[in-house]
Amino acid sequence: MRKYCFFPPGKFVFLLGLLFMMQTVINAQVTFPVNGVADPQVKCFAFTNATIVKDAQTTLTNATLVIREGKIVAVGSSITIPKDAVVIDCSGKFIYPSFIDIYSDYGVSVAQRASIGYDYRGPAQLTSNIKGVFGWNQAIKSETDAAKLFNTDNAKAKLLRDIGFGTVLTHHKDGIARGTGALVSLASEKENLVMLKEKASAHYSFSKGTSSQSYPTSMMGAVALLRQTYLDAQWYKSNPATEGVNLSLKSWNEIQSLPQIFDAGDKWNDLRADRIGDEFGVQYIIKGGGNEYQRIKDVAATKATYILSLNFPQAMDVEDPNEARFVSLGDMKHWELAPGNPAAFEKANIPFCFTATELKDAKQFLTNLRKAIEFGLSETKALEALTKTPATVLGVYDKVGSLDAGKVASFIITTGEVFKEKTVILQNWIQGDKYNVKEENWTPIAGQYTLQVKSANGNNSYTLDVKSNTDASIFLKDTIKTKFSYDGKLVNISFATVKRPGTAAIRLGGTVNGDVWNGNGVDAEGNNVLWTASFSKAGTPAPDTSKKKPQTQLGKIVYPFDGYGFDSLPQAQTILIKNGTVWTNEKEGILENTDVLIKNGKIVQIGKNLSDATAKVIDATGKFVTPGIIDEHSHIAAFSINEGAQSVTSEVRIADNLNPEDVNIYRQLSGGVTSSHILHGSANTIGGQTQLIKLRWGVNDEELKFKGADPFIKFALGENVKRTPSQSNNRFPDTRMGVEEVLMDAFTRACEYEKGCKEGEAAANATKKKGTAPTPVAPVRRNLELEALVEIMNKKRFITCHSYVQSEITATMRVAEKFNFTVNTFTHILEGYKVADKMKAHGANASTFSDWWAYKTEVQDAIPHNATLMQRVGLNVCINSDDAEMARRLNQEAAKSVKYGGMLEEEAFKMVTLNPAKALHVDDKVGSLKAGKDADVVIWNDHPLSIYAKAEQTIVDGIIYFDRARDLELRKKIAAERNRLVQKMLGEKKSGGAVQPATPSFQVVLSCGDHDHHDGLITVDIDGNDTN
Amino acid sequence: MKQLIIIIYCLVCWAAIQAQEDVYPAKGYAGKLFLTNGTIHVGNGQVIENGTIEINNGKIVQVGTNITVPADAKVVDVKGKQVYPGMILPVTDLGLKEIANGVRGSNDFQELGEYNNSIRAIVAYNTDSKIINTLKANGILLAGITPQGGTISGSSSVVQLDAWNWEDAAYKMDNAIHLNMPSFISRPNRFAILTGTQQAQPDPTKEALNKIDEIKTLFRQAKAYLQETTHKETNLKYEALKGLFNKTQKLFVHADQVKQMLIAIDFVKEFGFDVVLVGASECFQIADLLKLYNIAVVLGDEHALPATEDDDVDQPFKTPAMLQKAGVLFAMNDEHGESRYRNLPFNAGTAAAYGLTKEQALQAITLNSAKILGVDDKTGSLEAGKDANIVVSEGDLLDMRTSIIIHAYIQGREVSLENKQKQLYERYKYKYELK
Repeated sequence: MRKYCFFPPGKFVFLLGLLFMMQTVINAQVTFPVNGVADPQVKCFAFTNATIVKDAQTTLTNATLVIREGKIVAVGSSITIPKDAVVIDCSGKFIYPSFIDIYSDYGVSVAQRASIGYDYRGPAQLTSNIKGVFGWNQAIKSETDAAKLFNTDNAKAKLLRDIGFGTVLTHHKDGIARGTGALVSLASEKENLVMLKEKASAHYSFSKGTSSQSYPTSMMGAVALLRQTYLDAQWYKSNPATEGVNLSLKSWNEIQSLPQIFDAGDKWNDLRADRIGDEFGVQYIIKGGGNEYQRIKDVAATKATYILSLNFPQAMDVEDPNEARFVSLGDMKHWELAPGNPAAFEKANIPFCFTATELKDAKQFLTNLRKAIEFGLSETKALEALTKTPATVLGVYDKVGSLDAGKVASFIITTGEVFKEKTVILQNWIQGDKYNVKEENWTPIAGQYTLQVKSANGNNSYTLDVKSNTDASIFLKDTIKTKFSYDGKLVNISFATVKRPGTAAIRLGGTVNGDVWNGNGVDAEGNNVLWTASFSKAGTPAPDTSKKKPQTQLGKIVYPFDGYGFDSLPQAQTILIKNGTVWTNEKEGILENTDVLIKNGKIVQIGKNLSDATAKVIDATGKFVTPGIIDEHSHIAAFSINEGAQSVTSEVRIADNLNPEDVNIYRQLSGGVTSSHILHGSANTIGGQTQLIKLRWGVNDEELKFKGADPFIKFALGENVKRTPSQSNNRFPDTRMGVEEVLMDAFTRACEYEKGCKEGEAAANATKKKGTAPTPVAPVRRNLELEALVEIMNKKRFITCHSYVQSEITATMRVAEKFNFTVNTFTHILEGYKVADKMKAHGANASTFSDWWAYKTEVQDAIPHNATLMQRVGLNVCINSDDAEMARRLNQEAAKSVKYGGMLEEEAFKMVTLNPAKALHVDDKVGSLKAGKDADVVIWNDHPLSIYAKAEQTIVDGIIYFDRARDLELRKKIAAERNRLVQKMLGEKKSGGAVQPATPSFQVVLSCGDHDHHDGLITVDIDGNDTN
Repeated sequence: MKQLIIIIYCLVCWAAIQAQEDVYPAKGYAGKLFLTNGTIHVGNGQVIENGTIEINNGKIVQVGTNITVPADAKVVDVKGKQVYPGMILPVTDLGLKEIANGVRGSNDFQELGEYNNSIRAIVAYNTDSKIINTLKANGILLAGITPQGGTISGSSSVVQLDAWNWEDAAYKMDNAIHLNMPSFISRPNRFAILTGTQQAQPDPTKEALNKIDEIKTLFRQAKAYLQETTHKETNLKYEALKGLFNKTQKLFVHADQVKQMLIAIDFVKEFGFDVVLVGASECFQIADLLKLYNIAVVLGDEHALPATEDDDVDQPFKTPAMLQKAGVLFAMNDEHGESRYRNLPFNAGTAAAYGLTKEQALQAITLNSAKILGVDDKTGSLEAGKDANIVVSEGDLLDMRTSIIIHAYIQGREVSLENKQKQLYERYKYKYELK
């Protein structure tokens, strides 16, 4: 046993360190047998004369660091160096704590298989393929334990050590719940020794990864699965007999107390993840997507700590204008501004860590970090993000994250301040062991040397000017560049004495021994020579240029982040629309030469000769003023639409995956649309909960919602839910007989669920009242799916039901009547005209297409007179789009009922305004022009039903979101901004920067899954049902 | 008695299933016919107020304001109505594709194989398609029936829409060969884009250029083959291209991307083909070049979203006006898979809202289409010597508010405007006792 006999008085910290150390010594036995003679190591080192950056706030100059047995023993400026320490003189060197990456998969390989999307036509995998005592869904892998999967991987470790990392939190990146992560060092040692904490975190994501199970197919399905699993796990704590043992839920519960890390990967997903956390009392650490700077206020509101990648987008090769055309302004702006993401976090005071994991080339890490610093990130914050912050959020700051006695001896030695461009990481010490990074730079060799070359022919003396390890020149008549290399020990110099091509060179090889270099070689004539080089004069180091790059003008952050965004969000104004032809949709009908006054987002007055001194006046002479268009059936502004994996998915919510930056919002404003009902698709009988939105261009997802509207849900019948295009459907139902039974079954279960809930509640209340010991009541598992159905039965949630043929329409109404509720709206309803009388008796609304038909079997009897017939029978009839393009011409679609059924024009226009407002229960707020209602108003240049009519201004809540004059200005701005960024990217290419091929900014189009959509050149239809 | 009930029942069912079997093609009308006092939109930009059209044996004899109407002649007074040339749907799968999704048996628009030069759409054209009558009811009287798929899909034919069978329907047989230009953009896998697992794809430019070389090689070989009159073995694929070389057929190149369209110029320069671009959504960028090479365009759906996020929100709407300004010969089309092609006039109406004059917009669905399809000697405008393919509307044809067709004539025959949908409308008006 070794003994430590020194004890510097007054160093309490040191005492602690010593105790810690002795503990280590006592435990220095191992179970692993030694093959040969035992070779116990002292491993005590003292690093002297260094600039030691203990943490981002504390820098000690001319200080000493002592480590022993992998732990830091002492740090300070007046440290007694242990006798058994190997002393390393670090004059001129800097020592930092090694970096920490808490979003790593180091040493935990995932059997990579391409993620499976949802194939509308393929067979469904309805149950998990993982055999064993696990949960029902293959994507919930909470039992995964990274520590058990971990293997040291020297090659990968080296990549990370070379860029300064010493500790990583590694986890198995697969699934929606990913189990626990392990904190490991990057030492190339036995797994047992590098494991710093085997259960350090729990991990989650929205991506089901390699799960081949169909559910969930969508973002909103992933959200629902997470929410339901929180509830299931809570319930599982009561050991429900019906569940048996479920290791996934068991593990889920066990790991809740760990730091919870959510891989969100996008600014909107960050908010989405945070909301799940809020619901279940969890504050996630969120792995961001690099675009958070675009919505930094919303991101700050999550109060989460973030993990940020530094994988800034590369410039694209935009030489070819036809390729450049398809790169969106948003993508180009992101390229320009992404390096400012960390600075935006710092400015907004949001804590964050860095990860190097997503970089294709790890070597880019420090380069990109410097870029982030150029964009305003402070070096202090950068260092914290790599040391203290990650250690603190994991609760391991007692182990790693700073250079303090008692902590793991993981640190880097550099030639200077770590984030400076010229600084080189020389060594990375991990758990007290040295790993060479660029040791050859330890002793700087730059300077002038007198080079003496001796041969049989005589002696020659030269002045050798060394700039770096690879660059040196000889001063003769000319300055002659040599071929020069120095690797820390060996040196090679080769040069010709005259600057003429073909001249033979003197070739020298040797070693560097301090200030004098020695070696042998061959001269130009082939004679052997000996040489020495002696240091004569210090060179002038090349200036650090990292800070001097002039920052060129940057684009603005706009809302939404694309060409049509606002510099700042527009505000409600007092607006006086003068002298228009006003279509009120009220009993006043159409009023000529009439004014509309808007204040605080509401319509205040409609009448002649109104005035308001504060109002912005819009002259509507010769123009038409109408209520905004309401689209009862839309699929814009969402990240996913169909959760098609099961026949009943009432647990999913469109609201969970709104996309407020969908350019179709702007395009539809240009067509006079002010509200849209975003429906789940039609892939299954009971689809998801819908979301009514207002087209408030520029706001966030939450603010997009139509406040105070009744909640709805999408149902669907017929061919889509039978999966007719599938040649291999294995999901019940396959016929309309089955569809009806899915409904019967679901509501029967919902009834029993409600009964169970009530009984549970009653029992609990009774117990409370009596004050007696609780009678054992089996806890009810809160079921999000059935909860939504109970709401329907209690008339708190309303159905809009995709439907085509008369048989299914009637059958569905009868099911509803059995359960004592009404189907609020039948949408599509192309055979509604056949059962309009029955629908009226039932009390349903109808929302249909004007003239669609013959795109599949169930629409063979569709007729363009459908709307007129239903209306004449007395139904409230709407015309909807179900199509991002057609939505901007809904007024014209309504006009087709004038053509086909002879409907009165005002009545026709109501089908896209007041009638959908009624169907959606918001006609007290929108749908007509009336004092007190929301100021959702459109000004048209022509008769609002005419093909020639264009919306000139579209106003939502008294805010002008679309203005044709502004739109023309924006076109110029977009062109100019695109040009500026294309030129900038070309400049990047010209100056030798890395560029990637121009990648089209593909636009995802979501649809019902019902019919072909009309894809543009760079749109991708996710739910489409194309037959080609 | 029971048997009788069954027979009646069967008849009723038959009528229900086979609705529109009582919509007949019109009998030929020999002799003179006058449409008088109408506002005549000639189709070439000219509008004649209060005009008369004289028709004899299915042909237009004269159009004007000073036409004497014999006392005994058949006269249709169209006072206050709008008179137009019958509209032409230039490139369509009408009569080849009845039920788009889910019923494979109803589809005959896409053959297997890569080079289907000799495939002819006309032989599969189903004159009894229920869709046809809905088009006539909206004033669309002729169509270019076009096969799809492969690199060369085959030949299209122009038909008139009031016929008993395809031989009656044929208006111009095999007017064009259709080529699908290889794409220079590879679209990502739809799932991969969501899951971020996009695999590296082969360079689309390279793939496209290889394919284009293959196409050109085919044309070169066909040209050589056709220069020799006798062959040991007949090559139907080469024979089918004869019309391209002797210019009795046009080459319709289906292309949207600029690069694809620029390549199409090669077919003009190297082979001297009459090239027409179909789809051509990006053509507004190279309109002047198309004019330079006399390349005509059949635009795709007018009612489309802009191609890129940054594009003007109304870009597709104003593309026709940009072509008009550049002097490119262009026609408009309706390929909408859900409304099934009946909105052709409204596509033109939108173009009129965004820069074309109404008469220019009309021309884009009548005379221009006839020129592009090679039938302007017979139709496309209301001019002497042409077939009396005429539509009479209550009001502006291009605006759905007023576009109500009251008469339609094909080759002078007044065709029925009935269709299955109107019959179902009547049936349910009857059920609900509505007038």
